[in-house]
Amino acid sequence: MVRTFITTEPLDAAALLAEVGTPDDGAVLLFAGTVRRHNDGRAVTGLRYDAYATMAETVLRQIAEEAVARWEVSRLAAAHRTGDLSIGDVSVVIAVSAAHRAEAFDAGRYVIEEVKQRLPVWKQERYAGGADRWLEGSMPRSREAGS
Amino acid sequence: MRVRVLFFALYRDLAGHSQIDLELEAPATAGTAVARLRAMGPGLARLPDRPAVAVNQQYARLDAPLDDGDELALLPPVAGG
Repeated sequence: MVRTFITTEPLDAAALLAEVGTPDDGAVLLFAGTVRRHNDGRAVTGLRYDAYATMAETVLRQIAEEAVARWEVSRLAAAHRTGDLSIGDVSVVIAVSAAHRAEAFDAGRYVIEEVKQRLPVWKQERYAGGADRWLEGSMPRSREAGS
Repeated sequence: MRVRVLFFALYRDLAGHSQIDLELEAPATAGTAVARLRAMGPGLARLPDRPAVAVNQQYARLDAPLDDGDELALLPPVAGG
């Protein structure tokens, strides 16, 4: 019902989409996050994602299970890639199926927003000319941690 | 006691290491470990005094107690997706 993973290998969005969807579903939703060639007005040549991989596996699974507990969805698959990515590469994929579209959209949106807030992953932008920079992120929050 | 400290992303760059083993007097908390680390060198001194931390791969508060063998991770603001 839920499958999540962190990988350094290229993500196959179509393969994750194929993991969700049952004869009882009227909606399948696919979200793919991709590396864009610009940010804050600068030309980006690529991204490096660093991760606390073992913890990220746990947190991604927790997020997915929270979504499935909160909304009526039948299946959910989510994956995050780490390592060096090029422009256009897929960094994150979320696939959700549900009987109705509202639940699929809500659950998928929840997963990506929580990934942004809680997944122990960081990204370093690389720019034309060789400069690089760790991006400003979100202070991670969780139910068990106040600070 | 000895704890393993992990650094990621910007904090790894500041520390110059991805991990170190830190000797602490018991009792110790994540916060006392952070204070010790910040006194260990000019790079580590640039760590924030209240970073996000995880103890044994769970987000934790700075007042979380540490035990011998624990894994303490210092986590910059996260930026996945």
